[in-house]
Amino acid sequence: MTFTRQRAEEIFEKVLKYSTADETEAIITSTSYALTRFANNTIHQNVSEESATLSVRVVMDRRTARASTNKFDEASIRRACEATTKLARLQPPDPDLLSMPGPQTYRGVDRHYPETVGLTPEVRAEIIRKVIARAATDKLTAAGVFSSGASAGALFNSRGLSAYHEETIAEFSVTMLGESSAGWAKQTSPNSMELAPIALADRAARKALESREPREILPGKYTVILEPAAVLDLLGFLFMDFGGLAVDEKRSCLTGRLGQKVFGENINVRDDVYHPLQSGPPFDGEGMPRQRVTLIERGVVKNLVFARQSARKMGTEPTGHGFPLPNEMGEAPMNIVMEGNRSSMEDMIGSTARGLLVTRLWYIREVDPYQKILTGMTRDGTFWIEDGAVRYGVKNLRFNQSALTMLGQVEMLSPPQRTSGEESFDMVVPAMKVREFNFSSVTKH
Amino acid sequence: MRDFAHRALDTALARGASYADVRVMDIRQRYLSTRNGQPAQVRESESFGLGVRVIAAGAWGFAATDDLTRPGVERTAAQAVTIARASALCKQHDVRLAPEERIVDRWESPCRIDPFAVSVSACLDLLLRVDAELRKVRGVTLAEASMDFRRLEQLFVSSLGSEIQQVKTQTGAGFVATSFQANEIQRRSYPNSFGGQYQTKGYELVEGLELVANARRIAEEAVALHDADQCPSGVRDLILGSAQLGLQIHESIGHPIELDRVLGAEANYAGMSFLTLEKLGRLKYASDIVNVVADATPAHGPGLGTFAYDDEGVPAQATPIIREGLFVGYLTSRETAAAVDQPRSNGTMRAEGWNRIPLIRMTNVSLLPGKGTLEDLIASTADGIYMDTNRSWSIDDRRYNFQFGTEIGWEIRGGKITRMLKNPTYAGITTDFWNSCDAIGGPECWTLWGTPNCGKGQPMQTMGTGHGASPARFRQVQVGVAYKD
Repeated sequence: MTFTRQRAEEIFEKVLKYSTADETEAIITSTSYALTRFANNTIHQNVSEESATLSVRVVMDRRTARASTNKFDEASIRRACEATTKLARLQPPDPDLLSMPGPQTYRGVDRHYPETVGLTPEVRAEIIRKVIARAATDKLTAAGVFSSGASAGALFNSRGLSAYHEETIAEFSVTMLGESSAGWAKQTSPNSMELAPIALADRAARKALESREPREILPGKYTVILEPAAVLDLLGFLFMDFGGLAVDEKRSCLTGRLGQKVFGENINVRDDVYHPLQSGPPFDGEGMPRQRVTLIERGVVKNLVFARQSARKMGTEPTGHGFPLPNEMGEAPMNIVMEGNRSSMEDMIGSTARGLLVTRLWYIREVDPYQKILTGMTRDGTFWIEDGAVRYGVKNLRFNQSALTMLGQVEMLSPPQRTSGEESFDMVVPAMKVREFNFSSVTKH
Repeated sequence: MRDFAHRALDTALARGASYADVRVMDIRQRYLSTRNGQPAQVRESESFGLGVRVIAAGAWGFAATDDLTRPGVERTAAQAVTIARASALCKQHDVRLAPEERIVDRWESPCRIDPFAVSVSACLDLLLRVDAELRKVRGVTLAEASMDFRRLEQLFVSSLGSEIQQVKTQTGAGFVATSFQANEIQRRSYPNSFGGQYQTKGYELVEGLELVANARRIAEEAVALHDADQCPSGVRDLILGSAQLGLQIHESIGHPIELDRVLGAEANYAGMSFLTLEKLGRLKYASDIVNVVADATPAHGPGLGTFAYDDEGVPAQATPIIREGLFVGYLTSRETAAAVDQPRSNGTMRAEGWNRIPLIRMTNVSLLPGKGTLEDLIASTADGIYMDTNRSWSIDDRRYNFQFGTEIGWEIRGGKITRMLKNPTYAGITTDFWNSCDAIGGPECWTLWGTPNCGKGQPMQTMGTGHGASPARFRQVQVGVAYKD
């Protein structure tokens, strides 16, 4: 059971009672979460967790610090307040540190579904049993997760700011393993009723079957069709660079590129927590209201996002994208929505003379921070396309590809969809067809 | 702690569990960092809770809570049994565990200077002195320094009658100089990237790192990299510094030897392994000079994988993994050991916290030292590249095709370093690479590195692992491939 707003307010009242600082902030989070994991056609891990955290930050004489506890008795709350104050006093003043913000107004978002809260381990097990049966019909082996949970987060400060958000999340992902191949599919939603585990299992099974006995192709530059999960995992390495502090500190690939046409004409990206397919609270780590921000418009880097402190430093307004203070990263857009177009997967495949269809990417890492060269591997369903049709599965390939260059070589886009990968947070992104995607080697196993 | 643990254990058994273990953990952390002359993060946290793991109806269940009241603990233990019975709806066979003995013990990791007793002011003062040294070098655009202290107090009880208390103190520290110039970002870290060096030690680790003394050199290297030549693309002999080799061991030996991964438990997420069961005792993993152990015992050193007992109550062990190049051992748990008919777990199950189940995790997976110094390796190399300090790392889901980038490299010609190289990368196939190893430095240049950020499992768990290594040489390795257009 997660904390209600009233329960969180009661805790904050105790924080205020014990804090002697000029300004005091409390972030109170609580989680109820369960996850069932299966592999080798059996449930092998099955867990649940109930937890809550109180995190207190103070500001005094241009000093700030944070202390957190998961104990909510009076003595522990008092100790957290005293520890925070002591930590703040022991450091030199920061002339740029701001006072806490006052009361804010938020646009409501409704992301809490009783159906998700009520999902039991028995129901998860029953659905997984059906997925395992689906695997057995094609002599495949199933592995995956089915999870559900609820969380509540409150942010209060002594200047009167009061923010509260609760939401639910459910996830189903499945890998189907054959003798020489694998297929994967995944879906997340705040509403567990929107998940389609059997359809996902069927999709993963078809990928495993269609990529049996994969052939080895030579590394090189190929036209690729990236399914939305592959697009998401690549884009995830780009958007931390849209933080104002990252640019100010010259650690962003957008340093010196703001206002320039860095990407193709067909690339349009915004950050939009209010999009119906998005998740998350309508406020940031300081309690500032999240705003919609256009990041890329027709290939041009239009805007960055700003926390209060970096906005002040760079002479602009905060956009509500800051992380809880104190932090080192500043801010980042966390609700990415990339516009797509009308092309279907069939259109993209049908228009490809020679190329690759990529289901999923794996172990992506940044090789070069300014050119934004990324490396990683394909995984769980990589196919050769020839003369407008998928022909056969291929062995997994390693890529070394600049994300900046890639987004200048996008030829077709599908409509965007809520997408979940494994290397980045959920986004709303399309599938895309990209020319001259650079593969540097092929796996030998 | 003890009352909570036994209350949970008794409840689980009363509800029908055939096996149960309970971990109560109290975790304290302090993290301090500075950034361009100012404190960046000054924070502390504490987390106290209990996790109950059971077998009921022949299947696993786990529940965790931070509600450490009698009703909270009993409800959580009962929930673990309910979950296990739900797991049994999809079981292929009953869970079987390798036998283990009852143990009652207490162990505390050696800690000469309690890091939580060192004043925050003194720590910040040291970090700011490092910061100032870094920013004295013209061209440094971002200076970062940090310290990270953790104390984990844990009580483990199980239905075998075991009751084990452990207290571990872990310390980490390091710094980074970043330089942006002419559309290029270069970075140098000390003593390692991603937070520096981490060990199961107290503040004495920080005192031994000589952070201030090394700051100027590292900052100058960060700036000098802009004018260095690009690492060439081709095939070269490669010498890896011990920090980079530590991560190479982690990714291309440590992960593939996890037996849960081999048996498919991680197929949906972290992946599987090329080290299928028939390869044990048969695969020539590496050249004859390569000897690798997984050693969690304190005798191996104060690594992040050092402990007295794992989170299943199995004593820490030293397990040969590669002996004279031959693959001879996996990392196991009680369940996976039974699955492959081994008589006993080799004690590698660890959980990130009270709210996570234990998984097979690397302990200290270390390359045993050979002979000579780094200088000896360089002097005996006619045409090669020396690379150190990781910048990027990637390996496929079977742990076979890898690519690494490092912060800095140096060209070697005729046994001498001839020039600095920027953006070095190298790539290979795991067994080809390890079989090309023809020289390993001696004990005098062997370091037990800490990797604090190893991710595995769903929900994701982050764990610290240890990797001892001396610099080593590998013949005819593909280099520079990441920047080859």
